[in-house]
Amino acid sequence: MPEILSESFFPKINLQESSNWAKDFVQEVVIPRLPEAVAGHFSVELLAILVMLLCAGIFVAVVPLLPLVLVLAERKVAARFQNRTGPMRVGPWGTLQTLADGIKLIFKEDYIPPQGDKILFMLAPYVIFACSFAVFAAIPFGQNILVSDFNIGIFYIMAISSVIVMGVIMAGWSSNSKWSLLGSLRSAAQIVSYEIPLGLSILTIVMLVGSLSMSQIVASQAGGIFTWLIFRSPFTFLAFFIFFISAIAEVNRTPFDLPEAESEIVAGFHTEYSGMRFALFFIAEYANMFAVSAIAVTLFLGGYEGVLPGYDFLGGLPGFVLKTLGLVFLMMWLRWTLPRLRVDQLMNLCWKYFIPISFFNIFGTGIWGLIFETDDVWSIGISCAIIYIGLISAYAIAGRIFARKPEPQPSSA
Amino acid sequence: MESTQQTESKIIELKPFTDEMIVNMGPQHPSTHGVLRLELRLDGEIVREAIPHIGYLHRCFEKHSENLSYPQIIPFTDRMDYVAAMNQNWGFCLAVEKLLEADETKDFEVPERAEYLRVLICELNRIASHLLSFGTYGMDIGAFTPFLYAFRDRERLLLLFEKVCGARLTYNYIRIGGVSEIIPLEPGSIAEQNYLDEIEGFLDYFEPKIDDYNDLLTSNSIFSERTMGVAVMSEEMALSYGATGPNLRGSGVDWDLRRDEPYSIYDRFEYDIPVAKDIPELGAVLGDCWSRYKIRMDEMKESVKIVRQILAEGLPDGPVMADMKAVRPPKGEIYFRSEAPRGELGFYIVSDGTPKPVRVKGRSPCFSALSALQELSRGLMVADIIAIIGSIDIVMGEVDR
Repeated sequence: MPEILSESFFPKINLQESSNWAKDFVQEVVIPRLPEAVAGHFSVELLAILVMLLCAGIFVAVVPLLPLVLVLAERKVAARFQNRTGPMRVGPWGTLQTLADGIKLIFKEDYIPPQGDKILFMLAPYVIFACSFAVFAAIPFGQNILVSDFNIGIFYIMAISSVIVMGVIMAGWSSNSKWSLLGSLRSAAQIVSYEIPLGLSILTIVMLVGSLSMSQIVASQAGGIFTWLIFRSPFTFLAFFIFFISAIAEVNRTPFDLPEAESEIVAGFHTEYSGMRFALFFIAEYANMFAVSAIAVTLFLGGYEGVLPGYDFLGGLPGFVLKTLGLVFLMMWLRWTLPRLRVDQLMNLCWKYFIPISFFNIFGTGIWGLIFETDDVWSIGISCAIIYIGLISAYAIAGRIFARKPEPQPSSA
Repeated sequence: MESTQQTESKIIELKPFTDEMIVNMGPQHPSTHGVLRLELRLDGEIVREAIPHIGYLHRCFEKHSENLSYPQIIPFTDRMDYVAAMNQNWGFCLAVEKLLEADETKDFEVPERAEYLRVLICELNRIASHLLSFGTYGMDIGAFTPFLYAFRDRERLLLLFEKVCGARLTYNYIRIGGVSEIIPLEPGSIAEQNYLDEIEGFLDYFEPKIDDYNDLLTSNSIFSERTMGVAVMSEEMALSYGATGPNLRGSGVDWDLRRDEPYSIYDRFEYDIPVAKDIPELGAVLGDCWSRYKIRMDEMKESVKIVRQILAEGLPDGPVMADMKAVRPPKGEIYFRSEAPRGELGFYIVSDGTPKPVRVKGRSPCFSALSALQELSRGLMVADIIAIIGSIDIVMGEVDR
C-alpha cells in the first residue's frame, strides 16, 4: 500500500462532525461496492473527502445555473409587466438568451482602468462572487440537501454576507471613477445600516427556536403551515416583513437600488467593469437575490417542510424551491413597479422605523415566550387571531390615510 | 505664540473641512435628457452647486436659416424640439404667416381646414410629448415600467402622425400657409373618416389610461416622497427666469398663450388650463417637482378634450394650403410666440423682402427653464438633480438649437 494513501498519512486531520455523513456514506455504500483489491488502498477519510469534493462539485456546478435561470426569469417577468415578450430569439422562447449573453461577456475586452488600483480592481468581483456563493453552503434545500450543517448556520450567513460590502467598496475605490466611489459609499452605508434590522429580525426567530442551526430552525417548523415561524407569534409576522424589506435593501434591488442607480450615478460601483468581471457582479446579484429569499423561506416560511401537517405536500426540495421562487418573484414585482428612494429617505426608513420596530419585536417575543411556554394550539391560535385583527385594522387605517382624495380641480379659464 | 496656535486649532474644529468633489454629470449620462453637461460640486451626496454647460447639440439653426428660403427652414425647426416637432413647425409657420399677412398687396389667409388639422395634430403631438416626459420622469425617479407604458401609447400617436406626413419624429408637416399634402386626406373621403375614427379610438383607449398612470406613478408614495417639496420654484422666481408653459403653471401662474393670446382657432374650443396649487393634505408644495409633473398629466386630459371637440365638429371642407406662389414676406420684422408643450416658443424673424430671412432667432422655453436649474439645485442631493431636470422637462435640441 502506498504510504501516501494510508491512514497514517493523515493522522492529524480531525474531520469535523459534519463530515460524518460522508464517512458513513463511504463505509456503507462505497466500500462494499469497491473491488476488494482497490478498497484496501484507500482510507475511509480520503474517500470521504473525495465524496465531499464531488458533492461540492455538483453544488458549485448547479448553483451558478440559478442566476442563469433567474436573469432570464427577471427579463421575462419584466417583459410581462411591460407589455413586451422579452427575449425571444435565442432558443425556444429565448431560453438560451442568458447563455448567449454570457458567451458574449466572456469574449469582451477585460478593461482595467489604467489610473485605478489594478489588484483591487481585479479582486473585487471575486470577493463578491465568492461571498454570495458561500452563503449557499448553509442553506438547507431539503432534508439532507445541505452542504454543511453548522451549529451557527444563520450567524455564518450574516457574517459572510457582510463581507460583500468589502467587495463593493473595493470595486468602487479601485475603479478611480467618481460614480463608482459614490455608488460604493452609498452601498456601504446602506448594507451596514440594513444589516441591523436584518439581524434583529433573525434574533426574534433565534429566541423562539433556541438555536442558530439552520436545520434546527427548519425542524422546529415541521407540522404544517401554522407551525411556520411566521405565524408563531405576531412579532415574528412583523419580523418577516422587516426581514424581507431589509433583505431587498441588502441585495440592492429597487426600491433600494441606490448603489447602482442607473439614472443617478450611471451604474454605481460597477461602472468601470466590463466583460466577465461585470458578469460576475451580475451573477452575484442574482445569486444573492435567491439566497436571501431562501433564507427568508428557511427562517419564516417553513423551509423544506410541507404545508399540511403529516403530509409532504409542497415539501422537500421542490416545495422549498417553489416558495423561494415565489419570494424572488415578489422581488421582481417590486422592482418593476416601484420608484427609487433617496439616500436620506432610505436611512430614515432603516433607523427611524425598522430598527425601533425590530427592538419592539425582540421585546415582544420575550414577553410572548414568558406567556406561552410551549407552542400549542392555543398560542398559535391566539397569534393567528392577533395577526388577523392587526392586518384588518392596518388595512382600515391605511385605507383612511391613503384613500384617493378628490383630484384637485384645475382652475378654469 | 502658543495662544495663537490654540485659537487656530479651535477654528479648525469649528469648521470641519470636507473635500469637495467635482463631478461631470454628462454630456453622456443616462438621465440628462440628451447631452446636457452638469458640473456638480459635491460634498458627499449634497450638491453645493450644479453648473449647466450647454452647446453639445448646437447645430447653428439660426445661422443656417439666413441662407435658406422660408419653407426650407421648417425641417430645421423639426430638429429643435424633436419630441414635439409639429408644434415647432407650427410656431415658425405662424411667425412667417404673420409677416405675410402684413403684406397688403396680397390676400393671404390660412384655409379653415388647415387650421383644424393643425390644432388636431399639434394637440396630439402635445399628448405625445407629455407622455414622453411622464415616462422618462418615472425612469429618472427609478420606475422603469411607466416609461414603457408611455412609449406604447406614444407609438400609436406616432403611427397616426406617420399616416399624415410619412414621418415619425421630424414631420415637416405644417407648412407656411397650411399643411403638407404629401399624403392627401380628401375632404369627406373614406380615408379621412378612417383617420378620424382611428384618432377617436386612440382617445377612447387613452383617456382611462391617464388615470391608470396617475395611480401607478403620481400617487405612488415613494414617488411623492421624492418629488413633493423638492426644488420649489416660487412664482417670482419662475417669472424672473422666464419659465413658461407647464413650468410656469406649476408655480401657480395662470398663463397660457392658447387662451390669453389666442392664435389660430384656439378661441373656438372649450378647455381648462391646469394650474398648480398647494395641496397640504398630499404634501405637495406649489412650484415643486411634483406640481410641474402633475400639470403635464392634467394637460394631457385637456388636449384630449380639444381633440374630441374637433372630432365632434368634423374637419371642414376646402383646401389645406393657402393660394400662393412663393413665400416672399414683405420687408419688416416679427416676433411671434405660441404655446408649445414645453412652453412659450417664440420666433423672431427679420425679412428684407427676399425669399430668405435676414435673421431668425428662436426663443427656447427649455433654455429659460434650464437656467433656473443652478438656483433650484443648490443644497439638494444628487438624486434630486435628476428629479429637477426631469420635472422641468428639457429637450437639448431646443436648448442648443
